[in-house]
Amino acid sequence: MFAWTTDDLQILRLSVSVAALATLAALGPAIAVATLLARRRFWGHSAVNAIVHLPLVLPPVVTGYFLLRAFGTRGPIGGWLADTLGLVFAFRWTGAVLAAAVMGFPLMVRAIRSSIESVDPRLEEAAASLGASPTWRLLTITLPLAAPGILAGAILGFAKALGEFGATITFVSNIPGETQTLALAIYSLTQTPGGDAGVWRLAALSVCVSFVALVAADTLARRTAVRR
Amino acid sequence: MSLAVDLRHRLERIAVDVSIRAGAGLTAIVGPSGAGKTTLLHIVAGLLRPDEARIVLNDDVLVDTARGVFVPPDRRRIGYVTQESRLFPHLTVRHNLAYGHWFTPVGERRLTLAAVVAMLDLDALLARRPSRLSGGERQRVALGRALMTSPRLLLLDEPLAAVDVARRQEILPYLDRLRRELALPTLYVTHAVEEVSARAEAVIAMDEGRVVSVQPNLG
Repeated sequence: MFAWTTDDLQILRLSVSVAALATLAALGPAIAVATLLARRRFWGHSAVNAIVHLPLVLPPVVTGYFLLRAFGTRGPIGGWLADTLGLVFAFRWTGAVLAAAVMGFPLMVRAIRSSIESVDPRLEEAAASLGASPTWRLLTITLPLAAPGILAGAILGFAKALGEFGATITFVSNIPGETQTLALAIYSLTQTPGGDAGVWRLAALSVCVSFVALVAADTLARRTAVRR
Repeated sequence: MSLAVDLRHRLERIAVDVSIRAGAGLTAIVGPSGAGKTTLLHIVAGLLRPDEARIVLNDDVLVDTARGVFVPPDRRRIGYVTQESRLFPHLTVRHNLAYGHWFTPVGERRLTLAAVVAMLDLDALLARRPSRLSGGERQRVALGRALMTSPRLLLLDEPLAAVDVARRQEILPYLDRLRRELALPTLYVTHAVEEVSARAEAVIAMDEGRVVSVQPNLG
């Protein structure tokens, strides 16, 4: 089989950490936006929906460039965050997390929104009559019933984050040990003479991680479905 | 107890325009489907914002569109049981029952879980999920769930419509018991007059969005 090097495993660890943190960071906002789009009608609904979907349809390099402009150390948001919180995104692993979160966000919102829309609004009405405020209705009825879809959204976001390439390389470059995730490392090796063996080793790791994630998602989804 | 409803609300096909007064006991609202009965209950429950209305329960103004008053449904403490029971599928019967109790201010709780369970014979069902209940059992749980909020008014919207005729006899005695033991003011909507005629203090007939007759029950 493959004899993985410590470098390979370090790349794997960085990739999984970046993807997991990106998923966790995006999940809360994705649930909030999905709830808003699914259950509220307001002025600018279509505009919000379009903005959410932009990273899905824009060339990733464009998203990466926007991130660089906005969150770079001299960018309006990045500069402010660096000055006040000391949080730097440019050319750091934190930037890779941000890029992965932004790219996975639309997929998460789509999955979560459709699962919230499939919750019978009459159950929310029943909860209202029983004295539950809108926040409690969301927390005790809507979100628990949408849990399988929320989980599916998180897995999709994680998978997208794990494979994210274009926005990441544009925003935080390809720095070994800092921003070089599996996809970026494989890309580097394909550009290196004699890098084939390395490509195979890392590609095998990618397949393994994706496979485990998909099986875990399926198992969890089935459990939540059975609990009903 | 007294409920006063004066409302006007335009729907797609009809305009609901009614004034009703209800006292303690059971007030039946009968009429063909499409008469506006469910719309009336929805508005009283607070699930629909009426175009124009003034609704007063006891001395509490729930809706007064002229003065911009609208108490949201979760602060009305009005129990609402519909024909499809609307039980929470992810909760057991016990937790369905406890749901509204938990949101009821401690000082307003007049019924305990044990009392409601005993009154409606729910003991054997407590650990089950709604998907494993029969239609009649579901309606009993839905009724119990509404009672657990110690409501000031109970709205029943064709609670027997989804239960087959033979099984209705399993529920009606419970409704009678409720009426005797709790003396809970109730609006009971149905298109089957015989269901309630012997039980109601008054029968209000509706058609095409309007009240066509109000009869105190002398039977």
